[in-house]
Amino acid sequence: MTAEPLAAEVAVPVAPGIPRPKSARPSNIGAPTIEKETRTEEALDLPWHVVVHNDPVNLMSYVTMVFQRVFGYPRDKAERHMLEVHQKGRSVLWSGVRERAELYVQQLHGYLLLATIEKVS
Amino acid sequence: MEICRRKNQIEISELDPFLAELLRQIPSSANPEGAPAAEQRIFSPPVNGKEPEMCAEWKMYVQPELRRLFQTATETVGADLKQLNGTEQSLANRTLRIPTKHSDAWLSALNQARLVIAAKNNFTELELSDHLRSPIGSRRDLSLFQVNFYGFLQEFILRELDC
Repeated sequence: MTAEPLAAEVAVPVAPGIPRPKSARPSNIGAPTIEKETRTEEALDLPWHVVVHNDPVNLMSYVTMVFQRVFGYPRDKAERHMLEVHQKGRSVLWSGVRERAELYVQQLHGYLLLATIEKVS
Repeated sequence: MEICRRKNQIEISELDPFLAELLRQIPSSANPEGAPAAEQRIFSPPVNGKEPEMCAEWKMYVQPELRRLFQTATETVGADLKQLNGTEQSLANRTLRIPTKHSDAWLSALNQARLVIAAKNNFTELELSDHLRSPIGSRRDLSLFQVNFYGFLQEFILRELDC
């Protein structure tokens, strides 16, 4: 199993017009030493789940499209998650650092899906 | 009613006055104001359980932008719907042309309208899966028909985006 990349290493797609909350704003990482420090903080923060909850109004095809757009999942993987949401009431779409999890939830709310972040106990 | 893709437009033709009126109601139907259940659904919390600090931060930083995003979508749809305005042919069938570049705005506004109507009427899952109920019965039946009609349009737009 491949470890999730750290937030500082990944350019996350953002839905147009949706800003990050204060806690999710990127830190000004300039020098390599600071980046190292940030990674340590993020590593301590792992993991958080992005959970999507069932909503009988949202169309299955719409939910699948949103998963493809937000997470870049291929259609079959997006459909598997959509069916899990539909049948089990929820599905964990992604796990990792809190900043990215919050960002994903913002994007999902932008598409009007019921999404939350959960800290793994 | 007929719906098809023509070059860079989605064309909904043979729209009778009843369906044209339902389309005209998309922007107002998408407005959750005055209905706490609808507000709660459109601006749902980012966490389950008690995280007051995070919820407050979310409300301050994220919700205004979400509000703006949804408003932009309904305004785009409202502008497209102006094609259906006018009284000269109020009883004649109409045609609505939606530029494909507005597809995302339409998907968003239709989804928002469906969610708000469902929340206001507190529809059950069973009711929402009843696609055959006639709109001529009660205000509730009409609202359910509206949810299904908007869902049909969403499905068509999604199919066109897939092509």
